[in-house]
Formats: sequence, C-alpha cells, structure tokens
Amino acid sequence: MAAEEGHHDSGSYVLHHLTNLRLDLHTMSINPDAQGFWVLNLDSCIFSVLLGLIFAFVFWRVARKANAEHPTQTQNAIEMIVDFVQNQVHEIFPHANSIVAPLALTIFAWVFLMNLMDIVPVDWLPHAAGLVGVPYLKIVPSTDVNITFGLSLSVFVLMYIFNFKFKGVGGFGKEVLTHPFGPWLFPVNLVLRIVEDVAKPVSLALRLFGNLFAGELIFILIALMLGQAFNGIAGAFLAGGGVLLQIAWAIFHILVVTLQAFVFMVLTIVYLGAAAEAHADH
Amino acid sequence: MNLNATLIFQSIAFLLFVAFTWKYVWPPILKAMNDRQKRIADGLAAAEKGARALQDASAKSEEALKAARAQAQDILAGANKQASQIVEQAKGTAQVEAERIIARAHDDVAREVAHAREDLRKQVGELAVAGAAKILKREIDTQAHADVLNELAAKI
Repeated sequence: MAAEEGHHDSGSYVLHHLTNLRLDLHTMSINPDAQGFWVLNLDSCIFSVLLGLIFAFVFWRVARKANAEHPTQTQNAIEMIVDFVQNQVHEIFPHANSIVAPLALTIFAWVFLMNLMDIVPVDWLPHAAGLVGVPYLKIVPSTDVNITFGLSLSVFVLMYIFNFKFKGVGGFGKEVLTHPFGPWLFPVNLVLRIVEDVAKPVSLALRLFGNLFAGELIFILIALMLGQAFNGIAGAFLAGGGVLLQIAWAIFHILVVTLQAFVFMVLTIVYLGAAAEAHADH
Repeated sequence: MNLNATLIFQSIAFLLFVAFTWKYVWPPILKAMNDRQKRIADGLAAAEKGARALQDASAKSEEALKAARAQAQDILAGANKQASQIVEQAKGTAQVEAERIIARAHDDVAREVAHAREDLRKQVGELAVAGAAKILKREIDTQAHADVLNELAAKI
C-alpha cells in the first residue's frame, strides 16, 4: 500500500489515481490527455466487463445446475439475492413483465461488484500495472461518470420503451401534455415533464458516481497518510491514524457499496414502474 | 468529468448482460425456487392429509374396539346365562332323579318288608302248625287243614 513517494507530490499522486487509461479512438493510441467524445476509458471498460462476466458466470453456473431438491450453498446464496430482488420488483413494479426482475438483478449485482472494487487498496492494482508498463489504471468502474451514465441512460431508454409499450403513443402523448395541470396548461406540462424525465437518469448516474468517487478519493487521501510512514515521528503517527481510518472507511464502505447498488436498483424499478403506470385522467 | 465513448460501450455491455440474465440466469433459478416452494407446499398438504387419515383411523379403531368390547360383554352374558340355565336344569334333573331313586328305594323297602312279612307269616304258620302238631301229637293232614293254616297265616 506504499504510496509512490518521492516521484510525485501529493497533488499529482491524487491526480494520477483519478486519471483513466484512455484510448483515443481517432489515433487508436493510449493517450491520457485525450479529449472529445471518441475516447474509450479502457480501464473502466475492462473492469466493468470483467466484473459483469464474473456476475454472469457465477449466476449462470448456479442457474444451470439449479434444482429444487438439493441446493448447494452457492445456490442458496444466489437464491437469497434473487428472492430479494424478486420481492423488490413485486412490491414496486406491479405489472406483468418478465424483463424487469432480471434487469434489476443485473443492476444490483453488477453495480455491487463495481462498487466493491473500491475496497481493494488503492495502490495495489495501479502499482502492479505500472510495473508492466501501464501508466494509469482506475479500477473502480463506478467512479467513472461514463459507466454510471451508460447504465442510467440505458434505463432511460427502457423507460421510454415502457411508456410507449404500456400506454401506446397516444396515451403517452396525452399524459405528457395533460399531466399534471390539465390540457389548458400543456406547455407547462411539457416543460415539467421534460425536466422530470431528464432529472431521472442524471440523478441516477450522478448519485452513484458521486458516492463512489468521493469514497475513492477519501481512500486515496488515506493512502497519502500511509505514505508518510517513514517520514519521522509525525509521519509515523500520521500513518498510524491512516491505518485506523482505512479500516473504518473500508467497513463503512461495505455499507455504501451495498446501499448504492440497492438504491440504483430500486430507483430503476421505480422509474420503470412509473413509466408503465397509466395516470388517472384529471 | 468528460463524457466519452465509454458510455456507449457500457450501455451495450449492460444490455448484453441484461439479455443474458433474462435468458439464461433468471428462469432456471426462479423455476428451482418455485419448484421447491410447490414441493414444500405439497409436503405440508400431504402431512396434513396423513394426520387427518391417522385421526380417522384411530377413531375407527376406537369404535371397532368399543364394538368388540360390547360383543364380548354380550357373549359373556349369554354364556353366563346358559351356564346357569344348564346348572339349573342339571339341578332339576338331579332332583327328579333323587326323588325317583328315593321312591324306588321306598318301594324296594316296602316290597322287602312285605316279602319278609310274608315269609315270616309262612314260617309262623308252619311253626304254628308244627307247634299245634306237636301239641296234638298227631299228624295233621296238611292238605286237609291247609285252609285253616293259610287262614291262620293270613291272620298273623
């Protein structure tokens, strides 16, 4: 967990940990300073897909051998999660739809795993990557705003699909124009609706991103304290405090990790439920 | 915080994972859970049915036992009655038999007495004749005086 003291001052240490490994899609070269839209955050992509694959593989393995008579311990654990998600969906999304529950499960498990990466000490993987010549590595995908927006915008699209599917084009249009103030104030209704709908994916994405980014930043700052371990008596004390803080923050983050995954899942179900629900006419 | 193509990549990955979960993960797990739920419900229902059957059977056996007990009581009572009847009958026969035997004995005794009396009478007659003959010192014609003697014997 040793900070790379000597090479960088604190500012560049923090900045280094917050920089993605960027692939410029125009030149197809690694360039941490690449700007514009056609840039891929390689580390976020790789870790998110890797974690998604872990989720998919573990669940698929259990699902393939799932039986009612002799569940293994893993199956029990997985079933607990599935049951939990199922209950949430039943409570919040009262319509018949087979995709909401698997969607909620995917979000919960995947976001949980992505968040969980912030429990891994901040220097291990970036340092190891540095040894093999990778200059930057950000291992917590949910601290990348692209990842969280990628999820929330997909949910947003699904919201609109549900709107059209459950209400039809006419029903949805009528709802947008007449809700909540009646047909005579339709411009106000429309503006309100747009604000409301845009706020959903933005808040969804920024909530997750903000929580995890801030958490990861605190971990990096604690790691800076640990880096002072061999810098005299004061440094040793600082590092000692850092160890306690690290433990406390990590334990707290077990909660945050789960909670944020849960919140993301529940809000997704709520938004989809609202999209599927036809409002009563005024 | 600059948005870039990672967003698109993530969205595609997300949709693929959701599709995978939807198709290959969710249904089998849910099926296993529902199967187990059904199995447990069935088991409980079967157990309840079994308990009810047991209750029925024990009630029935209780009833059968009661019936058997009553029947045994009947049989016992019948047997007792019959036995006392037999005893009563035997007593009656014995009484009759005893009276018969006693009557016969009485008859026998009476006959014996009569016989003895007859004998005695005869002997007395003879004795009287012999005595009379001795007294008269002469032969009495037994045939001639048989009437007298017999009359005498009858008188005795």
